[in-house]
Amino acid sequence: MEQANTEHSHGLHMDPQVEYSSSKLGMWLFLGTEIMLFGGLFAAYAIFRAKYPEMFLEQHQELNREMGAINTCILIFSSLTMAIAVSAIQKGKRMLSSILILVTIVCGLGFGVVKYFEYGAKFAHHIYPDTSIFFSLYFMMTGLHMLHVFVGLLILGVLMVLTWKGKFNEKYSTPVELGGLYWHLVDLIWIYLFPLLYLVG
Amino acid sequence: MANHAVAANVYVPFLEKKGLLSWLLTTDHKRIGILYLVSISLFFLVAGAIALLMRFELLTPASDFVSPHTYNVLFTLHGSMMVFFFIVPGLAASFGNFLIPLMIGAPDVAFPKLNLGSYWIYLLGTVIVAIALLQPADTGWTFYTPYSATTDADVILITLGVFVLGFSSILTGMNFIVTIHKMRAPGMTWHRLPLFIWASYATAILQLLATPVVGITLLLLIAERSLGVGFFDPAKGGDPVLFQNFFWFYSHPAVYIMIIPAMGVISEIIPVFSKKPIFGYKAIAYSSLGIAFISFLVWAHHMFTAGISEVAATIFSFLTFLVAIPTAIKVFNWVATLYKGSIELHSAMLYALGFIFLFTIGGLTGVFLGALAADIHLHDTYFVVAHMHYVMIGGTVMGFFGAIHFWYPKWFGKMFNESVAKLSWFLIFVGFNVTFFPQFFLGIQGMPRRYATYPEEFESLMALSTYGSWLLGLGVLIMTVNLIKGLFSGEKAPQNPYGSLSLEWQIPSPPPLENFEEIPHVTDWTYGYGKKKEVDA
Amino acid sequence: MSEHSHSEEHHVTSYTTYFIVWIVLMILTATTVYVSYLDFGTFNIVIAMVVASIKAAAVALFFMHLKFEDKITWLFAIFPLGLLALLMGMTILDTFTRITP
Repeated sequence: MEQANTEHSHGLHMDPQVEYSSSKLGMWLFLGTEIMLFGGLFAAYAIFRAKYPEMFLEQHQELNREMGAINTCILIFSSLTMAIAVSAIQKGKRMLSSILILVTIVCGLGFGVVKYFEYGAKFAHHIYPDTSIFFSLYFMMTGLHMLHVFVGLLILGVLMVLTWKGKFNEKYSTPVELGGLYWHLVDLIWIYLFPLLYLVG
Repeated sequence: MANHAVAANVYVPFLEKKGLLSWLLTTDHKRIGILYLVSISLFFLVAGAIALLMRFELLTPASDFVSPHTYNVLFTLHGSMMVFFFIVPGLAASFGNFLIPLMIGAPDVAFPKLNLGSYWIYLLGTVIVAIALLQPADTGWTFYTPYSATTDADVILITLGVFVLGFSSILTGMNFIVTIHKMRAPGMTWHRLPLFIWASYATAILQLLATPVVGITLLLLIAERSLGVGFFDPAKGGDPVLFQNFFWFYSHPAVYIMIIPAMGVISEIIPVFSKKPIFGYKAIAYSSLGIAFISFLVWAHHMFTAGISEVAATIFSFLTFLVAIPTAIKVFNWVATLYKGSIELHSAMLYALGFIFLFTIGGLTGVFLGALAADIHLHDTYFVVAHMHYVMIGGTVMGFFGAIHFWYPKWFGKMFNESVAKLSWFLIFVGFNVTFFPQFFLGIQGMPRRYATYPEEFESLMALSTYGSWLLGLGVLIMTVNLIKGLFSGEKAPQNPYGSLSLEWQIPSPPPLENFEEIPHVTDWTYGYGKKKEVDA
Repeated sequence: MSEHSHSEEHHVTSYTTYFIVWIVLMILTATTVYVSYLDFGTFNIVIAMVVASIKAAAVALFFMHLKFEDKITWLFAIFPLGLLALLMGMTILDTFTRITP
């Protein structure tokens, strides 16, 4: 059964179970790197907040707590839809899954729209990344997060199309799961960003 | 089990298919390893040539060959290229790629396409840094603020290039961890794995988790230059030392990324040419993990004079001493392996022995530098330069050259001229020591690093160091010519010229496309040398 | 063959479980927003972080399926957090034990 066909391209005949668990482990490892990447920003936040508590207390009030809360709810809801989308395709429900991924994307876009208005309001008040350490942190952290949301939307877009086309089913849905893991990470990071930036005191 | 299809299988060496695309689009780990090997070696030679230029300037006290600014650009380039283009990808990307699947009995790595992607990302990073040369940075490869945040040079582009290179490192680390966890052949338990695999695993963890921190650090530097963000700017309430804290959180583990695979190589070479099992297998295996773990704890020993608190400095000094323990465990076990062994001084073995001697010097001088009181005097002097080159050249490069000489017949199916190899080793060994040993004394006497000019009293030792560099360069040149010549006119290599028991030596040289006709079933560890004799007695 | 646990072999989480987790997350979000309008002094940040961590754990364990993953995955999910604590802890220690004139 172990065949070594030298003619076709250097193909890897991995046992599907091994391939599945390898892909998942690989994705979790990648998520670990994302935690380390954002971790630097969280460390910077901790240091500067300890150094300038009044600055944080005062300046965070410029942020719109309601908009932040709305965005939090949007992302958490999008995590729900994505999680159900994964379960759906694992049950072979192609249509339901692709629709739910679409809803997830729409939520992500909604998140982006809210952030667009938030940033717009800041700039209108002449608040920029170089205005103060607090706002440097605000823009860097939410900016890097937004970049990740963007990349996530691209990934989800591809997954939605492929799911719709029937490329995945109850036997094979690994990419959808991996995409889901990435999207949940984006949600996870925001779960910490929201209180640290918007709910300071 | 054998059927007609298998029996009719012809041995197709992996190097068979020709053509540029077969290389550029390969997903074969053995070819990707060669792509890395060639790239890093080329950059090593270029960065080495830059070092020769630097040493030529330092022949005399005055800045008469190049201006001080040019000298600063040169050492920035030398450092950045050596660190990010050569030594961090280094043994992991080249030999790791080639050996890991073979040693564990797998057909390839876990994610072959991603592996190719890692290589292309690596090349992209080097291209971006090359473009940055149009406005070359003179900040040193460490990019310290505030200078890096304010200087005119194109710091953004060079740090962006380094960021991209980091991404390649992360993906390779991830690939190797998953490969080692999930793709070992039946019977290849953790405690039967070759020690190079343990070393590669420990290295991969560092690549995976430490690199993102320098990633965010460089992004913040770019933000400082482009958006006016002020985390490292005192005028805006920031702290320049914060840059150093974040930078070294990665860069200290990075030096262990540089050395641990080389240690793995030594653990493979010594038993083969001593015809003895490795002494203390588990100790060496776990010491790799121990070194990797401790490496995360010591970063601020690069910052003792930067303005960190005395409390922090004391803690980091103490923690730094800890890393000597697993390191020494390795050295003791290697020496114990040699003891009463049947030693064969093949060129690969010469590099391995050279490693043990030179890395011990390098490592010990690192402990001197880790002692807070001593470091106050020695920081930023030639003592540090000597220490780092003893561990990086005396350590990693010896391991790298040793690996090339050891696995050359397996990888390329040819033999090089062994006598010339021994000669080039000798020139490299002597040349290296003449170059760098005097630098310990220069450092103690106060000669600072990264200076194009220096007081007259240091001239004789500086000149001696430069002469050494010429000898070292000559040795590297002869070695390179010898190795390239072997590819074209060398004898055909047998399957297992050294009688090694490791899996990669049980298949033809060069390996077939699919590595193993049938995935082996492993029943014993890799180091059972000399066992037969014991049974007979 | 190399390790793979059978427990995570295609365990499919039910939609109901996800809904319950979502309700919990919404309640916790409402709580943390509500608490932010009250004044507990330094405790505000503590409460906020504890709530955030519970939410994060819920997302990781259920949405991300971590509850059913093998030990190695757990190790690599937790270890970076330890490294972060180290980075944060030591840099804060350094910054705040400096003797400035």
